[in-house]
Amino acid sequence: MATTDIHIHQDVHHHGDGHDHDHDHEHHGGNFWTTYIFSEDHKIIGKQFLITGIFWALLGGSLSVIFRLQLGFPDMNLEWLKPILGGWITPEGKLDPEFYLALVTMHGTIMVFFVLTAGLSGTFSNFLIPLQIGARDMASGFMNMLSYWFFFASSVLMFISLFLETGPAAGGWTVYPPLSALPQAIKGSGLGMTLWLVAMALFIVSSLLGSINYISTVINMRTRGMSFTRLPLTIWAFFFTAIIGILSFPVLFAAALLLIFDRSFGTSFYLSDIYIGGEALAHDGGSPVLFQHLFWFLGHPEVYIVLLPALGISSEIIATNSRKPIFGYKAMIGSMLFIAILSFIVWAHHMFVTGMNPFLGSIFMLLTLIIAVPSAVKIFNYVTTLWKGNIVFTPGMLFSIGLVSFFLTGGITGIFLGNSAIDIQLHDTYFVVAHFHLVMGSASFFGMLAGIYHWFPKMFGRMMNERLGQIHFWITFIGVYMVFFPMHYIGIAGFPRRYYSWTNFETFSGFADLNMLVSLAAILTLAAQFIFLFNFFYSIWRGRLAPANPWNANTLEWTTPRNPGHGNWPGEIPAVYRWPYDYSKPGAKDDFIPQTIPFSETPESNLPHETELIKLESTSGDDIIIQGGKLEGNH
Amino acid sequence: MAVDIKIVEEAKRPLSMNPRKFGLWLFMATVVMLFGAWTSAYIVKRGDMGWSEIILPDLFWVNTGVILISSGTMVWAVRAARRDVAEQLKIAVGITTVLGIAFLIGQLLAFDQMVALHEHFTGGPVSHSFVYVLSGAHGLHVISGVIVLVIALVAALRGRIHRGNMDTLEMCATYWHFLGVLWLYLFVFLLLNK
Repeated sequence: MATTDIHIHQDVHHHGDGHDHDHDHEHHGGNFWTTYIFSEDHKIIGKQFLITGIFWALLGGSLSVIFRLQLGFPDMNLEWLKPILGGWITPEGKLDPEFYLALVTMHGTIMVFFVLTAGLSGTFSNFLIPLQIGARDMASGFMNMLSYWFFFASSVLMFISLFLETGPAAGGWTVYPPLSALPQAIKGSGLGMTLWLVAMALFIVSSLLGSINYISTVINMRTRGMSFTRLPLTIWAFFFTAIIGILSFPVLFAAALLLIFDRSFGTSFYLSDIYIGGEALAHDGGSPVLFQHLFWFLGHPEVYIVLLPALGISSEIIATNSRKPIFGYKAMIGSMLFIAILSFIVWAHHMFVTGMNPFLGSIFMLLTLIIAVPSAVKIFNYVTTLWKGNIVFTPGMLFSIGLVSFFLTGGITGIFLGNSAIDIQLHDTYFVVAHFHLVMGSASFFGMLAGIYHWFPKMFGRMMNERLGQIHFWITFIGVYMVFFPMHYIGIAGFPRRYYSWTNFETFSGFADLNMLVSLAAILTLAAQFIFLFNFFYSIWRGRLAPANPWNANTLEWTTPRNPGHGNWPGEIPAVYRWPYDYSKPGAKDDFIPQTIPFSETPESNLPHETELIKLESTSGDDIIIQGGKLEGNH
Repeated sequence: MAVDIKIVEEAKRPLSMNPRKFGLWLFMATVVMLFGAWTSAYIVKRGDMGWSEIILPDLFWVNTGVILISSGTMVWAVRAARRDVAEQLKIAVGITTVLGIAFLIGQLLAFDQMVALHEHFTGGPVSHSFVYVLSGAHGLHVISGVIVLVIALVAALRGRIHRGNMDTLEMCATYWHFLGVLWLYLFVFLLLNK
């Protein structure tokens, strides 16, 4: 059947043709509360996640600087922190050792879950999925709103726990029992731990609601022509992230619920043979290693929940700003799929020293090392995309390249740690800290910053200051390496992580100067983030007005008005005719061809198989469908 | 407005299904992972030393029968709705709801039987705690299933479920069958791994 369309349309694809007047009229008459607070619009929800994420990032970063002061300057008088920390500063002007553990725990929890899971996935999955696949909104706006408010409730509880007299949870972000299960063990395992568990349960609900929505939207709500092989890599990354979330977060929920029963109801899933003050506890027959299995079954996929969105964002930004098609589009998807699958069968590499069977250890070691293959494919593709490109060094691009650098540096140490034999020496040392802060922490954080710089014009209709962005990048990039590179040496020398102080042992006094350098670099890096904060908030209100398509990108979000209203496109949703990476196509007029341009309009640059596509569609010109100027809606 | 006529190739509409139904399947996937985690933990724990064998309450057999019959009446309800036989639909959904509530009461009585067998949630061996966690968490999901059934029942009584409007009933049926199969899995699992 002939399916040649005659579109009589009012310029659906206006790229850079100056639609600059404010399209800000709301399509539904909502008041302040329904528009900005209890909004069901995916763009507002994305921004809510972003602002909350920035708040948590600032808090999490500040906590780390406080404990870095202790590690870098063990003799320093911290009396001046008394107005903020109150009783947690001892009369001698020192940080309370138990509070040090609470700081480490909360830094980890906040950064992994509240910043790099909710702040990253929540922001960009919500904001970009409907815009880039051509949908009016998420599959369920109401569930999406619930997702944010569960996250908010979880945030409030976690925040309250910081102000408890007994302090927040202090058993490490992995909350291993029995330390986390027994209030007698450490003050933080009292009410602080209870709040931690309740907050995390709410967080899991939020994350699942979000993930169900993301998957459902990507599969069912794509615009005409948006086949899976025409999806931007950002969407592929968010899609895999959501699948991993759906499969792994329930397991953390299962683990946390059993821990709640052990703590508050007296069961013994994780507890056995514990003596306190010579008295045996009633708990008998449990196994703490069981918790580790359940926890790391989430915990390892969680690493990729954090990392994949950042990799997707950087794929998009690197292709756009290299003005070249992404190298190996299908290899990128394939490697993300492979990483997602492998992420579920490597969890025990976190447990090599729990006394597990060495044979089992070598199986997990083999599976772990295989992850290097898809990761290397991704790095290779980033570099080959950059190779001989017309690189535009926007702040977003700089941060994306920074991500590739961290991903490589941190990934290589992963090969060391994945070896069950070497892990005996390196386990729980600063080598591990250096490894995961580079490969997952800093890389994902850079992905998040890259995404903010790149999509800020779409979020707020204004541009961020480029110069300040570049200054922010260079200080942060150098700062991060100065913080985490020395930690490799400290770790190989055998320094264990989570220790309050090493001054008691003469052996460990050798690296005092290196620790001081790390702490200074950490302060510098945190300070640089205030440049970003200023740039971000100043530009929301005072930034230069953004053009319709500031980066000359191909994806659909740049076909919306400058400030897209509810429903994203004022008229019909544009259809998609090509993949999103037609940059610098030989023969083309411009160095980019947006996805909304049909092949029939670009005969000069079509490849043979693309010309085939046009012929196939217009074999007989008999039933030409003439559609009116106002086309019927998409649904 | 400039009207220009262009002849372009057609953009194919991508494959898609009802997003709500799809969301339900994703939700069921999360429930599978939740119980998958617990039953895996159960197997791991059972391999440890000092595992104390469990005696399952007889009522579990009865309750399994009840929930299986309720799946049957659910099938009947969907068939009745497809044939637009409103009376049968109301009766079938009504019976399913009553059986669902009966299952919940039966599970509570089964807990009593376990207590009588000196199998307590706390204080005893882990194996006993596991039975309470598995059946209790399943019971909570059944409560949500009964709520969905009541919603479907009200919709059926008001005549809002018919051949042209099957979504509510079909989603209700999918979830209810899922809960039945989930219980069957848990029960057989416990029988095989006492």
